[in-house]
Amino acid sequence: MDLTTKYLGLTLKNPIVPSASPLANEIANIKKMEDAGAAAVVLESLFEEQIRHESKELDHYLQFGAESFAEAITYFPQASDYRIGPEEYLEHISMAKEAVDIPIIASLNGVTVGGWIDYSRKMEQAGADALELNIYYIPTSPKLSGVEVENLYLDILKAVKAAVKIPVAMKLSPFFSSLSHFTRRLDENNVDGLVLFNRFYQPDIDLDELEVIPNVILSTPQAMRLPLRWIAILYGRIKADLAGTSGIHTAADVIKMLMVGANVTMMCSALLRNGIPHISTVLNGLQAWMEENEYDSVNLMQGSMSQKNVSDPSSFERANYQKALQSYRPNV
Amino acid sequence: MSRLKVTIDGNNAAAHIAHKTNEVIAIYPITPSSDMGEWADHWSAEGKKNIWDTIPTVIEMQSEGGAAGALHGALQSGSLATTFTASQGLLLMIPNMYKISGELTPTVFHIAARSLASQALSIFGDHSDVMSTRQTGWAQISSNNPQEVMDLALIAQAATLESRVPFLHFFDGFRTSHEVRKIEQLSDDDIRAMINDEHVFEHRRRALTPDNPVLRGSAQNPDVYFQGRETVNTFYLQTPKIVQNAMDRFAKLVGRQYKLFEYFGSPEAERIIVLMGSGSDTAEETVEYLQNQNEDVGIVKVRLFRPFSIEHFMDAIPKTVKSIAVLDRTKEPGSIGEPLYQDVVTAFTEALDGDDAKFKSLPTIIGGRYGLSSKEFTPAMVKAVFDELKKSRPKNHFTVGIIDDVTKTSLEFDPEFDIEPEETIRAMFFGLGADGTVGANKNSIKIIGEETDNYAQGYFVYDSKKSGSMTTSHLRFGKKPIKSTYLISKANFIACHQEVFLEKLDMLKYAVKGATFLVNTHHPQDKVWDTLPRQVQEEIIEKNIKLYVIDGYKVARETGMGGRVNTIMQTCFFAISGVLPKDEAIAKIKDAIKKTYGSKGDEVVQMNFNAVDKAVENLHEVEIPDKVTSTIEKPPVVPENAPDYVKDFTARIIEGRGDTLPVSKMPIDGTFPTATARWEKRNIATEVPVWDPDVCIQCGKCVIACPHATIRQKVYDPKHLEGAPETFKSTDYRGREFPDMKYTLQVAVEDCTGCVLCVEVCPAKNKKETRLKAINMQPQYPLREQERENWDFFLKIPEIDRRQVKIDTIKGSQFLEPLFEFSGACAGCGETPYVKLVSQLYGDRMLVANATGCSSIYGGNLPTTPWTKNKDGLGPTWSNSLFEDNAEFGLGMRLSIDKNQEFARELLETLRSDIGDELVDAILNNEQKDEADIYEQRQKVEDLKKKLEKIDKPKAKQLLNIANYLVKKSVWIMGGDGWAYDIGYGGLDHVLASGKNVNILILDTEVYSNTGGQMSKSTPRAAVAKFAASGKPLPKKDLGLIAMTYRDVYVAKIAMGSNDVHTVKAIIEAEKFDGPSVIIAYSHCIAHGINMAKGMDNQKAAVDSGHWPLYRYNPDNRKEGKKALSVDSKPPKIPFEKFAYMETRFKMLTKSHPEAAKKLIKLAQEDVEYGYHLIEKMADILDGKKNGQNGNQ
Repeated sequence: MDLTTKYLGLTLKNPIVPSASPLANEIANIKKMEDAGAAAVVLESLFEEQIRHESKELDHYLQFGAESFAEAITYFPQASDYRIGPEEYLEHISMAKEAVDIPIIASLNGVTVGGWIDYSRKMEQAGADALELNIYYIPTSPKLSGVEVENLYLDILKAVKAAVKIPVAMKLSPFFSSLSHFTRRLDENNVDGLVLFNRFYQPDIDLDELEVIPNVILSTPQAMRLPLRWIAILYGRIKADLAGTSGIHTAADVIKMLMVGANVTMMCSALLRNGIPHISTVLNGLQAWMEENEYDSVNLMQGSMSQKNVSDPSSFERANYQKALQSYRPNV
Repeated sequence: MSRLKVTIDGNNAAAHIAHKTNEVIAIYPITPSSDMGEWADHWSAEGKKNIWDTIPTVIEMQSEGGAAGALHGALQSGSLATTFTASQGLLLMIPNMYKISGELTPTVFHIAARSLASQALSIFGDHSDVMSTRQTGWAQISSNNPQEVMDLALIAQAATLESRVPFLHFFDGFRTSHEVRKIEQLSDDDIRAMINDEHVFEHRRRALTPDNPVLRGSAQNPDVYFQGRETVNTFYLQTPKIVQNAMDRFAKLVGRQYKLFEYFGSPEAERIIVLMGSGSDTAEETVEYLQNQNEDVGIVKVRLFRPFSIEHFMDAIPKTVKSIAVLDRTKEPGSIGEPLYQDVVTAFTEALDGDDAKFKSLPTIIGGRYGLSSKEFTPAMVKAVFDELKKSRPKNHFTVGIIDDVTKTSLEFDPEFDIEPEETIRAMFFGLGADGTVGANKNSIKIIGEETDNYAQGYFVYDSKKSGSMTTSHLRFGKKPIKSTYLISKANFIACHQEVFLEKLDMLKYAVKGATFLVNTHHPQDKVWDTLPRQVQEEIIEKNIKLYVIDGYKVARETGMGGRVNTIMQTCFFAISGVLPKDEAIAKIKDAIKKTYGSKGDEVVQMNFNAVDKAVENLHEVEIPDKVTSTIEKPPVVPENAPDYVKDFTARIIEGRGDTLPVSKMPIDGTFPTATARWEKRNIATEVPVWDPDVCIQCGKCVIACPHATIRQKVYDPKHLEGAPETFKSTDYRGREFPDMKYTLQVAVEDCTGCVLCVEVCPAKNKKETRLKAINMQPQYPLREQERENWDFFLKIPEIDRRQVKIDTIKGSQFLEPLFEFSGACAGCGETPYVKLVSQLYGDRMLVANATGCSSIYGGNLPTTPWTKNKDGLGPTWSNSLFEDNAEFGLGMRLSIDKNQEFARELLETLRSDIGDELVDAILNNEQKDEADIYEQRQKVEDLKKKLEKIDKPKAKQLLNIANYLVKKSVWIMGGDGWAYDIGYGGLDHVLASGKNVNILILDTEVYSNTGGQMSKSTPRAAVAKFAASGKPLPKKDLGLIAMTYRDVYVAKIAMGSNDVHTVKAIIEAEKFDGPSVIIAYSHCIAHGINMAKGMDNQKAAVDSGHWPLYRYNPDNRKEGKKALSVDSKPPKIPFEKFAYMETRFKMLTKSHPEAAKKLIKLAQEDVEYGYHLIEKMADILDGKKNGQNGNQ
C-alpha cells in the first residue's frame, strides 16, 4: 500500500503532518512524532513581534532605574551576550533536523517585510526543508480595502520567495471576499502550498474581572467542514499544494480531506488532546480503511471527491446550503 | 610601546590590576567601592584570566568582616588575595587587618575612601575610613586620579610582595572611584614585568600546609608579646625604599615617575601645601596658575602615608619653605590636629636634629580640614590656603570649603576665582535618571576619549531621591591634560534634557559668555522663546548665549524610545559642539550604540539608530530676540506656609544651595525635626490618579497600596464640607459603621510619583466604560492648582477618632493617618506600603531602628524625611545606627524603654500617697491592649504630670521626667534582607532569642537593592543578581522557619499584593505579641526588573506559585491551645516558572544562560514544593502537639 504523498515538492511517507503547535518545541516530542508515524513536522511559529518585544523589554528592564541613584548605578550584572531573537528558534530547527529524518517545516509569523525576509533566510540556512508563512492579520482599519489586504499577503510572499530557495507555503484565514481569486493570485506568484485554514484564536470576556482574555479553545471535528469545502473547490484549479488543517481528528477526517484534494492533512488539537501517539492511531485507521475499501494508494483517493470530480459540483456551492437547510428537521 | 587608551573610572582601573594579580577575591558590596567587586566578578564570570593564566575566584561574603576573615584564610593558605571596600566596611575589617599585618602577609586592599557614619551617614568621599586604620600596621598608598589608581595599584602589589607589609591602596570615593577619565591601560606584560614571581613563590612557601606544619596565631604572654611586636620593625623600615624602587622600575617601564612624596611648584617656594588624594590634582593646577602669576608656591603630594618616611618627606621640601599648610580630608575631634598634620609636624621636629639638617628651625606649620563627604575642593580654596600662609599668624586648625560661623575655623575664599584653561571644553548636562542622560554622556566621553586625541573627563552627580531623581553630568575635554578634580562651574555647553528644569534650576548661572544652551522642549522653534522663564531669557541675552532646541520627547516617542531622550540629546551635543565632524560623530555614536545595545537585539539597536537620525533632523537654532518678553518666574522652593526651619534650612538644600549653609544652621548632634517631606513639592508625576466617587466602592485598597501615602481617605461629618473648594469631591459614606457621614478619597498630586499602583489594585470598574476604574490616571499639570487647594482642604478635615476604627480591616486601618509620607523611594516601591501601614497603626507611639539600606535612605536622607507626626505632635521617632547592628540597636531601645517604664512604675508606687490610689491604680492596671486603652492611659498620664508638677519631692521630679514611658511604646526594627539574612543575621538571631518585645519588619526584596542588586542569602534559586550572573545556584534561606525554632517568637510571612487583610492581621498580631516578632514582607522591587505599576500582581504570583507561602506562627495561640501555625495561602496553583518569568531577574537567565536557566528553574520548582510541603506539615505537627500527642510546652 502506497501512503506517500507530495507536498511542497517533498515526498512524504504519508499524508499526516502535525501542524504548528507548542508540542514541537521539544525535540523529544518531534522524535515521538516521527516514531508515531508523522510524515513531516511543522514547528511552532516564530513570532517576529515577540522577538522585537522581548528585545525591547529586556533593554527596558535592564536599564530601568539605572544611572539614577549614586549607590545603585545599575541593578543587574553585565552579560556580554543575550540570546535575543531567532537564534534559539534557528538552533531548534538544526537540532530537529539532526534528531529526525522527516522533513521539518519552519513556520514564521512576521510583522515587517524586513523581518519576513531576514528570518526566512535564516530558517533556510538553519536547515528547514520548507517554510510556512503564518500571516495573522486582522484588518481593523475601515480605510483598508480588500485588495489592499490581499496585496499585503502578496508582497510578503514575493519578498520571501525572492529571498529563499526552499518551498514556501502560506497559511490563510478563510476571510477573503473572493478566496478563489485570491488563491489564484498567490498561485501566480508561485506559492508552493496553501494551508487552509488558520484558526484565529478569538478573545473571550472574563465576566468577573470585566476584561478581555485570551482563551484557547481546541478545535472540534466540525471545524473541518470549512477547509474541506474550500480544498474541494480549489483542487485542480491551482498549482499549489493544499494542506487541510482545523478539526482533523480521526482517520475518517484524513480520508475525507484527502478525497477533496488535500496533499496533506495537519493535526494539532487532536494531538494536544490525545497525545502524540494518536498519530499512529489515525495512520492505522487510514491504512485499515484503505485496505478494507481497496485503495492501494493515497494518490488514488486524492481529489476524488473534489468539486471537479464529484458528480454534483454544486454540492460544494450555495445549492448545497439550501439542501442542508431543507434536510434539517427541527426536533419539535 | 603603545598602550591601549581607555576611558574608565577609578574603580574599573583598580579592579583591572586587582583581578590581574590575585587568585582569590572576597568582597561585600558597599558604596562607592561596590563596582570594583562587580568588575572582578564580571571578568571572572567571562573567563578572564590573571597574569598567571588562571581565573580568579570571586566570592561575595555576608559582611566586610566576613570578607576580611575569608581573605585572611586565603592569604595564610598561600593565595594572592584581595578585596575592595570603603567606610564602615573597612572598619569591620580592622580586627583582621591587625592579624594580617602582624603575620607579615602581603596583600593589597583597594579602598574607595568614604566618610564614616558619625552624626550622619554619608556615602561620599573623604579619608575618615582609611585614617581610622593608620594604626593597623598596613602601608597606605594614595592615588589621585584614575590613571594613578591603575599605576599605584600595581606598584602597591609589587611592593607588598617584596616587603611583606600589607598595603591599603586608597583613592577618593566618587571623585576618583567614579570619575571617568581617558587613561593608559597597563598591559599584561607591564604587570608581569612589575611582579616578581620569586616573591609570589616565597608567599606560597609560607602558606599553612600539613606538608610543612607550623603554628601561627598563638597566644602570647607578658614575657614575650612585646618583643614579638618589635620583630617587624625592619620590614617597615625597608618598605619606603621598596616602594620607591618599585616606582622607579615602573617609571622605566611605563614612563610615569612617582615619588613617595612628590613636590610640584616653584623650586624656591616659601609657601607650600601638603595633602593627598584627588585634591592634589586641583592643588597642582592652582599652583601652576599661581606660578604664572609670579607666586612662589608649591605642593607636596603624599603618596606613601604609611610607613611615613621622614627622610623622603624632607627630601621633597624645598629649603626655601617658610610656611606649610597640611590639609587633611578627615576630622578627628579632640585631637591636636588631624593625622597628616601631626605627622608633618613630627617629621619636621625630628628632622631638625643633626648638623646636616635641612631646616634649622621649624617653619610655620598649620593644619586644616577640607573636602569632607565629597565637599568640593576648588582652586579658589587652594588659593585661600596659600593666601592664609602669607599672613604672619595664619589660622591653625582651619577649615576650608564651608562657613564655620561658630568656632570661626573657616577660611574665606572667592567662589568666582576660576582658573580653568580656556581651551578645555566644559559641558554640563541636566537630566533625569529615567531619561538615560548619564549613560549617554558616559558613551560620549568614551567616544571623545578613545576616538579623538583629546584628554577627557566625565563626572556624574545624582540626587538623593530614588524616584524622579535629577542627574548632572560634568564633561571636560581638550588638548591639555585635565587636572580639575572638582565640578564644572563655568561651562561652554549646557544642555537641559527636561523642560521642567527651566523653572526649577538656574542652569545658566554656569554658562560662560557665548556659551551654547541646548534645550529639550515640546515647544516649536518659533514659539519657544516666550515659554522660557524671565531669568533664563535675561541670562541668554546678557551672556550672548546660542540657543538650540529639539523636541526630544516627540523624537523619542516616534522612534519608540519612550521617555529616554539620551541618544537624541547626545546626538545634538555632537552635532552642535563640533568636537568631531558631524558625520564622523554620528558614525561613532552608532558604533557606541552597537556596543551598548547590540547584545539586546537588533531591534533596540535600530531604534537608537533611528533616534540618532531623527535627532539631527529635528535640531534647530533659535534666533535670540534682543529683549526679555517673559513674565514666568521661578516658583518658591517650598510653600509660603512652610515652617521657618523648612524655609531657612531645608529649602536651601532642596534648591541645591546646601553648600552655603553655615555650621550654626546645622544641628549639633545630627538630630532633625520630622514632618518635612510634606513641604518638598516635587511635582514629578506627569499623570496622577483622579477619583470617580460614583464608581468607588470605598474599599481602601488604593490607599493601603500607595507607596508614597499620596492617596488618602477620610470619613467625616458633612459639616466639615463647609467652605470646600468648588472642585472638592465628596460622597456619602457607604458603610453602616458611620451613618450619615461623608467620604472623600483625595490625592496629593504634587507629591504623587505617578506609579499607577493604586489604579492597578482598584477593584471597581466603571460599568459603562470598563477601561475606567474608580481612580484613573490623568495629566497632572492641568490639575495641579485645583488639587493643591483640594489637598489643603482635605488635610483640614479632622482625622477620625482612632478609637472608633476597626483597625484590623483594610478599610478601617486606612482611615488612620499615615505618619510616613512622600518618601523618596522608587515610584511603585514594594517596601513603603508596609512601612506606611505600620506607621498608621502604631506611628503615634513608635520607635524605629532602621538598618542602613533603601529604607534608611528614603527614610532619612536629607533634605527631608517622610517620617511625620499627627496634630498632637506625636509620631514615629527614627534612627539608623549601622547596617550590621540594627537588631541590637532596636533591642537597646526596648531595654531602655522597659527600664524606664519599670522605674516609672516603681516611682508611682513610691509616690502613691502623694498622687492618690485611684490614679496610680488606673495607670498601673491599664493593660493598654487597644486604642481606647491607650487613649485612656495618655489622659491619665497627663493628669499624673499635672499632679507631679505640684509635688515638691525629688522622686516626683524623677517621675515627671519619665512619665511618658507609662504609655506603651512600640519598637520596630526595620531593614532589608541584606541586613536580616546576611550582615545583621547574627544580631537578629540574638534578638529573636532575647524574649524582648520588639517587632522586626524585614522588607524582603530578595536582593541588595540599595547598592544595586547584589545577591543576598534571600535571593531565590535561578534568579540573576550581581555575584550570581549565571543564576543563583542554591535556594534562599528560610528565615521564617529558623525563627520558629525558638518557639516563643511570633513569625509571619506576608505579601500585601496577595492578601492585604492577612498583612494587616499579621502586623497587628505581631505587635500584640509580648516578645520578639518577625514579619517577613515580600517587597517587589525595581531590582527585579518588573513593571512596577503591576508590582502587586507580582506579589500575588509569588504567593500563588508557592514561592512565598503566607503564614502566621503565633506562640500565644499555642499557649491558648489554638493552632500555632496557620498556613494562610493555598497550595501552589501556578508553576514557579509562571511567576518567575514575569520578572527580568529570572527571565534574563533564559537569554544569557539558557541551559542553566532550564536546570535551575526545575530545581526552583522543587524548592517551592519542598518549602510549601514543609510549612504545611509543620502546621499539622504543631496542631498535633496542641492535641497533646507530643506533649506541649
